[in-house]
Amino acid sequence: MIHKTSPEIGGMGHSIKRKEDLRFIQGKGNYVDDVNLPGMVYGQLVRSPYAHARLKSVNTEKAKKLPGVLAVITGEDLAKANLAWMPTLSYDKQMVLATGKVLFQSQEVAFVVAEDRYTAADAAELVEVEYEELPVLVDPHKALDPDAPLLREDREQKNNHIFHWEVGDRQATEQVFQKAAVKASVHAFFPRCHPAPLETCGCVADFSRATGRLTVYMTSQAPHAHRTVFALVGGIPENNIRVISPDIGGGFGNKVPIYPGYVCAIVASLTLGVPVKWIETRSENLQSTGFARDYHMTAEIAADRDGKMQALRVKTLADHGAFNAAAQPTKFPAGLFSICTGSYEYPTAFCEVDGVYTNKAPGGIAYRCSFRVTEAAYLIERAVDVLALDLKMDPAELRRKNFIPASKFPYKSSLGWTYDSGNYEAAMKVALDKIGYQQLRKEQEEKRKKGELMGIGISSFTEIVGAGPAHSFDILGIKMFDSCEIRIHPTGKAMARMGTKSQGQGHETTYAQIVAQELGIPAADVTIEEGDTDTAPYGLGTYASRSTPTSGAATAIAARKIRDKAKKIAAYLLECNEADLEWEPGKFYVKGTPSKSKTIQEIAFAAYTNIPPGLEAGLEAVDYYDPPNLTFPFGTYVCVVDIDKGTGEVKVRRFVAVDDCGNIINPMIVEGQIHGGLTEGLAIAFMQQIDYDESGNIQGGSFMDYLLPTAVETPHWETDKTCTPSPHHPFGAKGVGESPNVGSPAAFVNAVVDALSHLGVKHIDMPITPWKVWKVLQEKGVAA
Amino acid sequence: MAKKQLVSVKVNGREREAAVEPRLLLVHFIRESLQLTGTHIGCDTSHCGACTVVLNGKTVKSCTMFAVQADGGEILTVEGLMKDGQLHPLQEGFKQEHGLQCGFCTPGMLMSSYALLHNNPTPSEDEIRRGISGNLCRCTGYQNIVGAVQYASGKMAEGKMAQGGAK
Repeated sequence: MIHKTSPEIGGMGHSIKRKEDLRFIQGKGNYVDDVNLPGMVYGQLVRSPYAHARLKSVNTEKAKKLPGVLAVITGEDLAKANLAWMPTLSYDKQMVLATGKVLFQSQEVAFVVAEDRYTAADAAELVEVEYEELPVLVDPHKALDPDAPLLREDREQKNNHIFHWEVGDRQATEQVFQKAAVKASVHAFFPRCHPAPLETCGCVADFSRATGRLTVYMTSQAPHAHRTVFALVGGIPENNIRVISPDIGGGFGNKVPIYPGYVCAIVASLTLGVPVKWIETRSENLQSTGFARDYHMTAEIAADRDGKMQALRVKTLADHGAFNAAAQPTKFPAGLFSICTGSYEYPTAFCEVDGVYTNKAPGGIAYRCSFRVTEAAYLIERAVDVLALDLKMDPAELRRKNFIPASKFPYKSSLGWTYDSGNYEAAMKVALDKIGYQQLRKEQEEKRKKGELMGIGISSFTEIVGAGPAHSFDILGIKMFDSCEIRIHPTGKAMARMGTKSQGQGHETTYAQIVAQELGIPAADVTIEEGDTDTAPYGLGTYASRSTPTSGAATAIAARKIRDKAKKIAAYLLECNEADLEWEPGKFYVKGTPSKSKTIQEIAFAAYTNIPPGLEAGLEAVDYYDPPNLTFPFGTYVCVVDIDKGTGEVKVRRFVAVDDCGNIINPMIVEGQIHGGLTEGLAIAFMQQIDYDESGNIQGGSFMDYLLPTAVETPHWETDKTCTPSPHHPFGAKGVGESPNVGSPAAFVNAVVDALSHLGVKHIDMPITPWKVWKVLQEKGVAA
Repeated sequence: MAKKQLVSVKVNGREREAAVEPRLLLVHFIRESLQLTGTHIGCDTSHCGACTVVLNGKTVKSCTMFAVQADGGEILTVEGLMKDGQLHPLQEGFKQEHGLQCGFCTPGMLMSSYALLHNNPTPSEDEIRRGISGNLCRCTGYQNIVGAVQYASGKMAEGKMAQGGAK
């Protein structure tokens, strides 16, 4: 139980208004494209129109002659500096600028630098590239065929296979399936989609020949890790690199990888000695930077006739595009996909994933998702609904029957995770009661009699977030701890810095609330700063819902270290033993004599002005937090849809989201996260796909074709919560930003399938467009 | 390069002038020539609305017109919303109702909402949703933006009533 602070202090549980808003609502944010340095010039990438082609020649002469052009860099130029290729976060490598051949449409071929962005764009048009087209591999199912074109000639392994990964007990699972009374299965494709934050990626690279220092302002969710990679790859001493991640206009995983544009801008600045700005267009962002998902999945559930689940078997083909640029912990080539047993007790399970190359943009990033958790949650929640259909059982009842019981936590799953805490039935009950589930089922029955189509979809997801414990989690060898440093100034105000980086999550407010909670210093008096590697302690950044589980924890621990020292100072000031002191948020007082007390502000002043003998001056602390386990947020989402039989249009009538993310820092911000994630889930379920035609031409390469919901398509969200604290986190929190994106796609799809299930429909792949539904209605002969 | 043209506009109440290439987009004129970086660019197909400003009383997507087309006009950007050191009720509403997260769409949203309330001081939820449908937000799911506009609508009505009472 968290002690509730006063509204003036504004610790945990208070919906205080966000500190960062004031600058944003006045147009005074500082995003990368707002950075304007003296003498700054502009870079523009030249990209391949072909998905697979031999590079015959790259002629830069005409471009170089255009007035205002300062440089044109090609892959051959980079190769001379050994920079034509760069490492990805998955121990693969990726071309910075193409040499030899191109492997996906929009691949980076040359980098033009000019005095202004219009001239740079003009010059990019003047770069003449001669291509010889090669056979294109688009379908990942054909990637391993003997006659498939070999994409990666640079690898020793002469096929398109990247990895095979498996977990669980194959044999025991087979045995259960052989004897099982009921076997349900579903083939579910989670389409390639893109996080599409409203701000695209970009940077300003500023190398000073005077100081030898490189400053890179960049859209980075992980500035420290990026600094280290730049040092290792570029050979620049790490103390001479400063990465500044200024205000970020949304990330959602898109801004975790290092992209060729950053590297080109850095090379150009090193070459020219002036600041070089490179900002992607939206189309470039969608066509070349980290996509997500693209998992072709099969799930089978073995169960008895009463619906008790006995085993789960999952087989997946993962399309990684031209380079394996998945951003995920090193030891997990398919991320945390093995959370696919979900909220259910499976005595045994087996999961395998194969990754392949295709002629598509590289990626496989964790889009608002803790490394493939979204794919896993979608798959199991779809599969459970298929089993319910096969058994003619109510999907809520089937879930209830198979939930891991609240009494069994911490629970060791058959695929090896130890779930920290959960109470799945409680969350589902809140959701079903709120939406009026039984009533809706009655309504559905009535409507079916009249030939109307209405569906109710449930998703009772479990997430795994907060990577992660040093014993198994690292990225390129760097352990996935995170950090906080707090300094208390003499006047009792505080400054805290973290290794994470907000992209809209509200860290400047929520971290201040953690300090307020632990030290009783009003949140208004605590300034939070992230994103400058010169000042913030080292950390791995913000993604995978890890900020609260890691840096949030570090903030609490650092604050407690400060409180320990404050206690010594208080004892000195009050002339008593430390053991005689009691703490309440904001002050120490003598047990039994509350009038004898010292506020944290008085103590802070004394730390600089009246230092106890034998104690160091100052009041500050730093903590690097290695989480003992991951956290496992969960919830139940229920969606009600109505389908127009004339157009195939699906209307989301209601959507209830019940989330359990443990103890909450700021309920207003948590609710905002849920709204946003649900809207992204809606888009994935109904509107979006990065698709390719047979020649490898991208079909979702701009906002013309890659649809984002507007306020009109977006329904009114209804939220609620249960609270099951994490037992191992310092203040019982779990992380929440990604839950709605992880949990909602299955709720939407389950609702649509539920509306059509009496017609024999068991599954429809996302995105569920009106066209797809209309075709089903035609096939089933029920179209109006 | 074509001959530069002089563009004179009144921006947030101030006369501004610059010689620009005829092809210069209004958004680049605002952001780079005038250094008003509150107006953002989020796409290249006129969909996202992050670049929305009010020109001669109407919202425009400033990425979809040339600076020279705005010559002689009057522009309001997000930087001009505050009056006498006071936040505009819309700005207040976005903060109070948690109508923003990353803040990137916010200036455009504010300008579209500004024009909406100018034309329709008491819009229904549906009217608000339609009124801001030219602006994309990836963070909020729009619900709290709707709340922010409603908040501002209420505040502005209160303000008018107070003014009326004083007369």
